[in-house]
Amino acid sequence: MTDRSTILDTLRTQIEPFNKKGIGITEATTFQGDLEWDSLTVMDFVAAIEDEFDIIITMNMQAEIETVGQLADAVEKLRG
Amino acid sequence: MTETGLQPEALPETVAPAPTAHDLFAKFDPLIAERDKLMSSGVRDPFGIVMEEVRSPTTAVIRGQETILLGTYNYMGMTFDPDVIAAGKRALEQFGSGTNGSRMLNGTFRDHVDAEDALREFYDAEHAMVFSTGYQANLGVISTIAGRGEYVILDADSHASIYDGCKMGDAEIVRFRHNSVEDLDKRLGRLPAAPGKLVVLEGVYSMLGDIAPLREMVAVARKHGCMVLVDEAHSMGFFGEHGRGVYEELGLALGDDVDFVIGTFSKSVGTVGGFCISNHPKFEALRLSCRPYIFTASLPPSVVATAATSVRKLMHAHDKRARLWDNARRLHGGLKTLGFRLGTEAPDSAIVAVILEDQEQAVAMWQGLLEAGLYVNVARPPATPAGTFLLRCSICAEHSAEQIERVIAMFAAAGQQVGAIAAA
Repeated sequence: MTDRSTILDTLRTQIEPFNKKGIGITEATTFQGDLEWDSLTVMDFVAAIEDEFDIIITMNMQAEIETVGQLADAVEKLRG
Repeated sequence: MTETGLQPEALPETVAPAPTAHDLFAKFDPLIAERDKLMSSGVRDPFGIVMEEVRSPTTAVIRGQETILLGTYNYMGMTFDPDVIAAGKRALEQFGSGTNGSRMLNGTFRDHVDAEDALREFYDAEHAMVFSTGYQANLGVISTIAGRGEYVILDADSHASIYDGCKMGDAEIVRFRHNSVEDLDKRLGRLPAAPGKLVVLEGVYSMLGDIAPLREMVAVARKHGCMVLVDEAHSMGFFGEHGRGVYEELGLALGDDVDFVIGTFSKSVGTVGGFCISNHPKFEALRLSCRPYIFTASLPPSVVATAATSVRKLMHAHDKRARLWDNARRLHGGLKTLGFRLGTEAPDSAIVAVILEDQEQAVAMWQGLLEAGLYVNVARPPATPAGTFLLRCSICAEHSAEQIERVIAMFAAAGQQVGAIAAA
């Protein structure tokens, strides 16, 4: 079991290389709006997260995820 | 005089404001701004080319100037083949200009069946199904065969029609890193074993012209119990002993290794339309269930007649094939020697992609080439991988050696002009 704060820490670490503007990351941070990621960046990032947690985040699920908090929820759920 | 009766002398002071419709086009503002910026730099519109005359598979007139075409998908140069044109004319005269109907109802004529027969001969396959475009073939097959609770696994660099087929269907969609066998294996390993899975691959990826390691990918897909679909749009006619595509070239067989091949009439065949080939015993069920096949008009008789004739001629087009590969090697080698950064190390396909720094450089060079009398394609994200800007050349069997030499010279001049390569 991975607890939520550990998941969030890992997400922050994974976001860092793509955080071009160097903004502070909270659960409310949005990938498209705040981080201004394009679809290619999202794709690379999602692949990195999937490998980190050994999960699959389907494109159907990705469409529902807008914020860092929602991603943490999804990872928590997928990790079981 | 007015006949509308009493009019108020002034408008009442407090008028309830009319509800302003939310402008749905606001979302296009960044796109419009980007285009305005580009156009205000004085370049010609790369997406506004009109061919005033088409003189051959390799030449057209654009703004009054004879131009070499190096950005069409007319790989085998079949568009002006006399037999193909004659077949189209006969069908036009005998069956009229259109079908006015769906393949399922009144829109299947003799030549639709004949085009499917020609495809079954070409691929030595049990089943062939002709769609109105290649886009619809991917849209229809992918969205129909993978249902709710099942999975489609696709390469990240897949064509838009594959992505759209995924979006249209109800399956779960999983993406793997471009051409990475290891990444595909890893992702398939994380999926539940029971549900049906379709792995979607392409023989040639059209942006960079790179080919897929299909043998290894199919082996991994089979290991995980997946069915396999390969889009061979950019390889038909010149890969493999019978020109069936990259899967044939790499020693894979329809039915054993590959369940579905998607193809198009709009590239090597030289007309328009799409198709799916399969040996699956229940394949014909798609004709009763596939919406992009059913709810659209079938191809005009002349189009399917030209397709049938062209497909049969491609079975024996060994000379054209040899010329196409010769041209591809010559162009790739020439551009590489000039110092351009190319999409592939070797001439792997009939696409040679020149990688440039940014949109400004790509469009400036594109314009330089056009003014010199050469048309190539500009490609930009999101169509291109990794945010690259490309000038994409697609080669035709009918390009003469002399045309290829001229093309290389034009690239040298335009490349030096924009600083993409060092001055000679």
